[in-house]
Amino acid sequence: MRLIVPLRGVIQGRGGLFVGSLIPCCLFYFLQLYLKGRRPPPSDPTELPRTSSRSNLFSRGNSIGRVRVSSRAVPVAKPPDSPYYIGLERVKTDPYDRITNTDGIIQLGLAESTLCFDLLQRWMSENLMESIMQSGDGEFDISSIAMYKPFEGLLELRVAFADFMSRIMGGKVSFDPSKMVITAGGTPAIEVLAFCLADHGNAFLIPTPYYPGFERDIKFRTGVELIPVHCRSSDNFTVTVSALEQAFNQARKRGSKVSGILFSNPSNPVGNILSRETLHDILKFAQEKNIHVIYDEIFAGSVYGEKEFVSMAEIADSGDVDKSRVHIIYALSKDLSIPGFRAGVIYSFHEDVVSAAKKLMRFSSVSVPVQRILISLLSDVRFIEEYMTAHRQRIRDKHVRFVEGLKQLGIPCAESGGGLYCWVDMSSLLTSYSEKGELELFEKLLTVAKINATPGTACFCIEPGWFRCCFTALADEDIPVIMDRIRQLAESIRS
Amino acid sequence: MTLTGIYRSRRSGTPDSETSSGGGGTAVMRVIVPLQGVVQGHGGLVLGSVIPCAFFYFLQFYLKRNRTDDPEPEPDPAIQNSASSTNNNSGSSSPSQSELNGLARSLSRVIISPRSSGAHVSVSGRANCILKGGDSPGLRRVEEDSYDESGNPDGIIELGLVQNKLSLDVIKDWVSQTSVGLSSSGIASYEPPDGLMELKMGVTRLMSEATKNAVTFDPTQLVLTSGAASAIEILSFCLADSGNAFLVPTPCSPGFDVDVKWRNGLEIIHVPCRSSDNFNISVTALDRSFSQAKKRGVRIRGVIISNPSNPMGSLLTRENLYALLDFTREKNIHIISNEIFASSVHGDEEEAEFVSIAEIADTEENLDKERVHIVYDLSKDLSFPGLRAGAIYSFNENVLAASRKLTAFSPVSSPSQHLLISAISKPEFIQTYIKTNRQRLQRIYSEFVKGLKGLGIECMRSNGGLFCWADMRGLISSYSEKGEIELWNKFLNIGKINVTPGSCCHCIEPGWFRFCFSNLSDKDVLVVMNRIRKVCKSQD
Repeated sequence: MRLIVPLRGVIQGRGGLFVGSLIPCCLFYFLQLYLKGRRPPPSDPTELPRTSSRSNLFSRGNSIGRVRVSSRAVPVAKPPDSPYYIGLERVKTDPYDRITNTDGIIQLGLAESTLCFDLLQRWMSENLMESIMQSGDGEFDISSIAMYKPFEGLLELRVAFADFMSRIMGGKVSFDPSKMVITAGGTPAIEVLAFCLADHGNAFLIPTPYYPGFERDIKFRTGVELIPVHCRSSDNFTVTVSALEQAFNQARKRGSKVSGILFSNPSNPVGNILSRETLHDILKFAQEKNIHVIYDEIFAGSVYGEKEFVSMAEIADSGDVDKSRVHIIYALSKDLSIPGFRAGVIYSFHEDVVSAAKKLMRFSSVSVPVQRILISLLSDVRFIEEYMTAHRQRIRDKHVRFVEGLKQLGIPCAESGGGLYCWVDMSSLLTSYSEKGELELFEKLLTVAKINATPGTACFCIEPGWFRCCFTALADEDIPVIMDRIRQLAESIRS
Repeated sequence: MTLTGIYRSRRSGTPDSETSSGGGGTAVMRVIVPLQGVVQGHGGLVLGSVIPCAFFYFLQFYLKRNRTDDPEPEPDPAIQNSASSTNNNSGSSSPSQSELNGLARSLSRVIISPRSSGAHVSVSGRANCILKGGDSPGLRRVEEDSYDESGNPDGIIELGLVQNKLSLDVIKDWVSQTSVGLSSSGIASYEPPDGLMELKMGVTRLMSEATKNAVTFDPTQLVLTSGAASAIEILSFCLADSGNAFLVPTPCSPGFDVDVKWRNGLEIIHVPCRSSDNFNISVTALDRSFSQAKKRGVRIRGVIISNPSNPMGSLLTRENLYALLDFTREKNIHIISNEIFASSVHGDEEEAEFVSIAEIADTEENLDKERVHIVYDLSKDLSFPGLRAGAIYSFNENVLAASRKLTAFSPVSSPSQHLLISAISKPEFIQTYIKTNRQRLQRIYSEFVKGLKGLGIECMRSNGGLFCWADMRGLISSYSEKGEIELWNKFLNIGKINVTPGSCCHCIEPGWFRFCFSNLSDKDVLVVMNRIRKVCKSQD
């Protein structure tokens, strides 16, 4: 009559340690299982304020409880804590106006360009309605814009888009419309790509400093993590393969699966442009690790420096590389200054990504009338040429003025060649060389100098004291005002 | 035996049975060994059990952290079935179940092969799931070979896509008149993605109009999205966590599968309604499904209904809505009411009354409104689906706050917003449009139903929506899904019309089909009837 009693086996000395441990473990396992089955799904402790949980108890009696939203919606619903969004919100409450509100906050936080609005205005007033109503053969056919059309964009638009992209990239590379999916702006484009390339809990490597919006675009719904690869001012914030390698290995050690690398080129917020060699190296690295590369080339047409912009599409087309890992995001919001149109594109060399993205476009497609406008805008070659020349020229001028102004105050900027912003080193104004010091300066800029610039912390820069200032929404006469305000702040800090 | 065993072990653990203590002398060097305590007789049972348990717990913990990623959940067989069954249209007129399975299997093999080759980089598991589903081959066939009275009289007539072509002339007039408003305003710059206040006010007026001004909607509770699909996606994201489920009475709109499941990782539990009840939603059935799901450990977060219902086109009564709201209150869950056809009601003025759930919610206490959410499709109701403008109307502050941010992923562009403002800010346009549209819907509906009746096919009585729900049980060769798909294939290949089979709407009774008649002109109705007759004959 051998009974298996936990623990007794030990006393008797045969195999008891094993059985004696196994049985409690089993019991414990089943206990866990039982508890799990009965437990309501995990709820975020911050979700229910204490008061409402009390009301929950009260109303149980009447069988009415307060209904809850999902725990993943809670962080989305919360007011943002990134200084990037805080700054944007603050400007809305008291925006600067040259005439009516001279004490308002000047916006340097939003990357938008108003430099060529005159040109756009002219085109729109001449062509806008005509382009909506024109449908090839003269007679206005309402069903050509009113009815359902393929969500990935009309073929005509994709052809026009491809043409436009290769035009602004200097004609060195041609884009294939069949690899293109038109999206409602850059934001859905990046989200859809993240969704298609990585599963929940996977990660992307991303060189810092990076665009603060990526946090929202990628993390809100896709559950993909971003692993920062820190770049330093000593390299002018250019990423190196060894840093990528290191970050990749560390991530692997921690057990997270890296699915890809995400880059901005021209980089946002620094504005530097990756060289052909760097692009090659990165692609080689990706190939070695068998991961994807996503290139955000949203500022490709806003290049004003000496350095040549090279699209990843060109690199992918050139050599004997496996192209299918290369994905490019582009949008018209910055280069054509029409963010309100919400038009972007996913350009992918991976067939599956293209077809999955096409299907997902049911959630973020561009409306057909807007597609019609874009078709005639993008295929108006004369206008595009005129616009692009003016756009580049005007950014260059504004950049020179802005950087010169800062230089006179003793504030240097990082070297940059593209984008609608510059990356300003205000570390000399910090009271303490730390993140705290930087946020203090951000607050002072907002409240004392009345300027909203995006602090490096929001861009996950590890060196404190850097700020992103977007200068393309400024008029020439605004620049002295800004410089004055910064000078006063600097004097009050330094004294 | 076992009982005594446990009894003994208990006894050996209790302090008062400390008779066998032998190792008391080693107190100087007390090492806590699992099980040793028992031998020594003090508190050993506890330590001896707790320590292995703790080790086991940490082992589990460690394993969990090291697990790279969860295996992809198997795609729901229902979606696969409907997707793949509709896939099998060309060539084979009798797709068998085994073929369907074969299809699914070969796909999953495709996924494995690129991984093994190494050089190829693979897409995410969830993207693979999307690649498999959601195709509508019927629509593709229509695109390739679409009917045109003069150009392509043998082409396929579209009766599957829900769009309204009846009042396009009114829309055309409006668009040609808007020339000025658009270009002068600042349509190029950043504007709130959840919609301009001006537009929201217009939309709420339009929604009130649909309820004959029985309800006033508050524009601050409205969030605009690019179409109803994204509205449903955003709402279900906000209301339920991955792995949770929604109850959906069937037959339901085929789009729910995609909108709720694809990116949100949610489940849909279908609650079948039957033709014997006129496909009315029964709260008892909902209750049963709720309890069953609970038993399986699935958490239900809400009910999704369509009113006017899709595909039946019937309107929910006040009593229905009260019962539903009571049910959701009792279970403390949400309710999403899909009111995208609110202005497309075409029944008799007296009989067909559209009641929005907002009206019912308004009579309730504040606390209770928070569970009510409405999806509206502005562009669909205006016969302008190409404009892609939908809306979420909710009484829940948290849902609104989260949705506003999520519209960054599904925005309505500024030109579209201004185009819409120019239309709905003119009350006379809205009134003319709604009146004309209603009359034309009414006429084409009665024509169509009469035509079907002439062929011996009965339809469900419907008062709203752009479609009718036809009972073709008499025409299918075998009373099963297979028979239904066979008939569908015949419609497409012999009759050259694309319709929606009931199985796509998750109807459990085979033989029902949805015909979207608002795609047709009066002349087309005759053509369609002739083609259906042809199919009927071939079936005999």
